Amino acid sequence: MCRVVDLQQAVLARNDEHADRLRAELAARGTTVVNLLSSPGSGKTELLELELATARQRGVPVAALTADLATENDAVRLARSGAPVKQVLTDGLCHLEARMLCGHLDGWLPEPTRLLFVENVGNLVCPASYDLGESLRVVLASVTEGEDKPLKYPTAFGLAHLVVVTKTDIARAVDFDEGAFRANVAQVNPGVEVLLTSARTGQGIGTLLDRALAAGDGAPVHRPVMAASSAHHHS
Amino acid sequence: MHEMSIATAVVEQVAAAAADAGAHSVQQVRLEVGELSGVVPDALAFSFELARAETALEDAELVAETVAGRARCEDCGAEWPTGMPPKLWCPSCSASSVRLLSGRELRIVSVRWTEEPEPVRVLEEC
Repeated sequence: MCRVVDLQQAVLARNDEHADRLRAELAARGTTVVNLLSSPGSGKTELLELELATARQRGVPVAALTADLATENDAVRLARSGAPVKQVLTDGLCHLEARMLCGHLDGWLPEPTRLLFVENVGNLVCPASYDLGESLRVVLASVTEGEDKPLKYPTAFGLAHLVVVTKTDIARAVDFDEGAFRANVAQVNPGVEVLLTSARTGQGIGTLLDRALAAGDGAPVHRPVMAASSAHHHS
Repeated sequence: MHEMSIATAVVEQVAAAAADAGAHSVQQVRLEVGELSGVVPDALAFSFELARAETALEDAELVAETVAGRARCEDCGAEWPTGMPPKLWCPSCSASSVRLLSGRELRIVSVRWTEEPEPVRVLEEC
C-alpha cells in the first residue's frame, strides 16, 4: 500500500539536538564554547594565539580545538600560548558537526575550562549551517578580503553573534573601506557588533576576550535576524 | 560542499521513519529548501543520488521546493522579499527590528512509501 506521510522534520534537527545537549553539559561544567568561522587565511590562528595568551595572563582557564583538513601546524602554533590545544583532522570534510565535537572533547577537555575556542575549518559556506553548542559565534574577515564579503557569504555573516575584522594594521595599505564593510554587515545582520582587531598592534584582542567571557557569564548575546526564524528551528 | 552531509541526514531520518512505520521502499521525499538556508539544491540533488544507495530510499525521487526569503518590519509592518544576498533592514522606515518570515527552511515535508499490506485475517472458511 502506497502512503504519503507528513513527516515535518528539520533536516539538521539531530545536529541541533546534539548541540543543545553539548551546550547544557558544558554550561554545567562552567565551560563556554566560542565558534570561530572565517575563510582560509583571514588570520584566525594568529588572533586565537593572542586570545589564548591574553586569557592565560588574566588567569582565565582556556583551551582550544582547531580543525583542519590536514596538518597539525595550527595546533603547534596555538600550543605556544601554553593553553591546552587539540588538533582535529577532518580528513577532507569541510565543516565540524556537533556530534564530532562531542567525540573530540570526550576525555580531553581539561577541568576547569572557562572558555573553549573552536577554530572551525577555514570555510565560510558549510560551517555556517552547523550549531556546535557555542554560546558565541564569531565570524572573521581580514581587511584584504574585500568589503563585500558579508554579501557573498550571507549565511555565515547573517548568523554571527559578533563580526571581527582582522589585520587592521594594513587597512590603509589595502584601501579597506570600513564604512562599506559595516554597511554590508548591517544588510545581512542588522545590529551585530563589528570589532576591529590587529594581531600586530593588539587592537581589539582584549575586547574579544571580554565579549567571550561576558557571553559565558550569561550576558545577552546579539540575536541575528536570520537566526530568529522559526522556519529553521522548527516550532 | 556540505550538501553530502545534508543528504545523508535526510536519508538517515527518512529511513528511520520508514523502518518505524514498517515501510520497505520509499518512492519520494519532499523537501523545503529556503533561499537563505545555505544549501544549493543542485548539489543536494547530486549528493542525494549517492547517499540513497543501498537504503530504503534507493529508488526514491527527491523533490526540493525552494522557499523564498521574506521579512517583516516589527515597527511599521512592511513586508518584503529579502532577495539574495538578503536585505534584512526595513526598506520603508529603516528600522532594524526585523523578523524573518521565511527563507531558512531546510526540512523534510513529506514522504511517499510503500507499506506492507495489512495481513488479511480469515475468520471463516466457507
